[in-house]
Amino acid sequence: MSDRVSIKIPRPLYVRLQQVIGDSGFSSPTDFIVFVLRDLVGTLEPERQGELSDDELVAVRKKLENLGYL
Amino acid sequence: MIEAHGGRLISRIANESEQERWRAELPNLKRVTMNRRELSDVEMIATGAMSPLEGFMGRRDYEHVCEHGRLANGIPWTIPITLAVTSEIVAAEQIEIGENVALQDSEGTVFAVLEISDIYKVDKDHEAQSVLKTTDAAHPGVAYLQSTGDTYLGGKITMLQRPTQDRFEDFRLDPRETRFLFKEKGWDTIAAFQTRNPIHRAHEYLQKCALELVDALLIHPIMGETKSDDIPPDVRLECYNALLKGYYQADRVAMSILPAAMRYAGPREAIFHAIIRKNYGCTHFIVGRDHAGVGGYYGTYDAHNIFKEFEALEIGITPLFFDHAFYCNTCNNMASQKTCPHGSDQHVFLSGTKIREMLSNGESLPPEFTRPEVSEILQRHYSNETATVSS
Repeated sequence: MSDRVSIKIPRPLYVRLQQVIGDSGFSSPTDFIVFVLRDLVGTLEPERQGELSDDELVAVRKKLENLGYL
Repeated sequence: MIEAHGGRLISRIANESEQERWRAELPNLKRVTMNRRELSDVEMIATGAMSPLEGFMGRRDYEHVCEHGRLANGIPWTIPITLAVTSEIVAAEQIEIGENVALQDSEGTVFAVLEISDIYKVDKDHEAQSVLKTTDAAHPGVAYLQSTGDTYLGGKITMLQRPTQDRFEDFRLDPRETRFLFKEKGWDTIAAFQTRNPIHRAHEYLQKCALELVDALLIHPIMGETKSDDIPPDVRLECYNALLKGYYQADRVAMSILPAAMRYAGPREAIFHAIIRKNYGCTHFIVGRDHAGVGGYYGTYDAHNIFKEFEALEIGITPLFFDHAFYCNTCNNMASQKTCPHGSDQHVFLSGTKIREMLSNGESLPPEFTRPEVSEILQRHYSNETATVSS
């Protein structure tokens, strides 16, 4: 079974995409669409927080105190 | 607080439920073995030190980085972060896009999972020329590229277990932790100093010049893979501690180890190092002469000039450029070529070879060049090394 499926988009949009990608490095509108969709789906995934949890805060504070920084 | 590169500090460390899920899946996953650099990259990506990267680069990012020093979305990024395998392994293991593989070290310990979104063959000579500006196999970065497979696997990673740093564990602070520290201390401006060597007085001078301009200093030595003739990490750490104890204002300086591997990519690595420090929350980055250089592959000020190729706002962290520093016997103080009018015969400067020679012979380094405490630690290291070689 192929690992790809076909999705239909309006032809004028396809033509417009061909113009937009120009010499940007994307080899085809398909590549561009896959790239944009991957990027979009990535933003919809639950965002991993760069914040420290309460437990982590306690541990970090202790670590920094042990190092003499706090 | 300065924003992480790309706007968001990444975390790819598995939380409890992800641990549970991946651990249950591990027995069914194919395994890919990482080398030491790739393992340290996993840790750097997972902790957010390499934000906005969330995994190893796919072809589009890789090609844009090699050609333009930017990710495919245009964000500045100068060093490819890649996971190499051989095409034979890909074929034999039937590794495919869309599947998840376990990433293990050479001893079979699994550290992360990779969700493969790209598999692509690369031209290593082209990468070496683009990134390292040479294809000379004597360059450690080129030698590394030649030692790894011809196919790269791209995709997001999730770290399940951290590599240990043994004795350095206490000194390892993640970006979230340094950011917390800076906030707690009320430091708004922080200059980072990158090093892979002991700190001599010339480096101390640069750091203190920077410290006159900002609130605090983060000494951020690289403790990942370096060249075999670099001073071992534990010896360097001892030197840093001795120096901090005796010569720095404790309330204005912090030290944390950086688990990154050196690439020796000179100017491109200067940008890379600056971006990483921005992710740790630093606002300024000290760039000395021949930053991250090796041999004679890069011009003395290439690492300064490359910053002109980017808009200041794109990089985000402010570079602080410094000239060659030394002790001048006539000025009777530390100075640089920018500030000292006297000839080189008045400057105390020792080459790496001369330093090794003096230390191996049991001689102290002059106090104008290195603090006595540092000299003593290095002397001890070299005498142990000499004893080991002769026995």
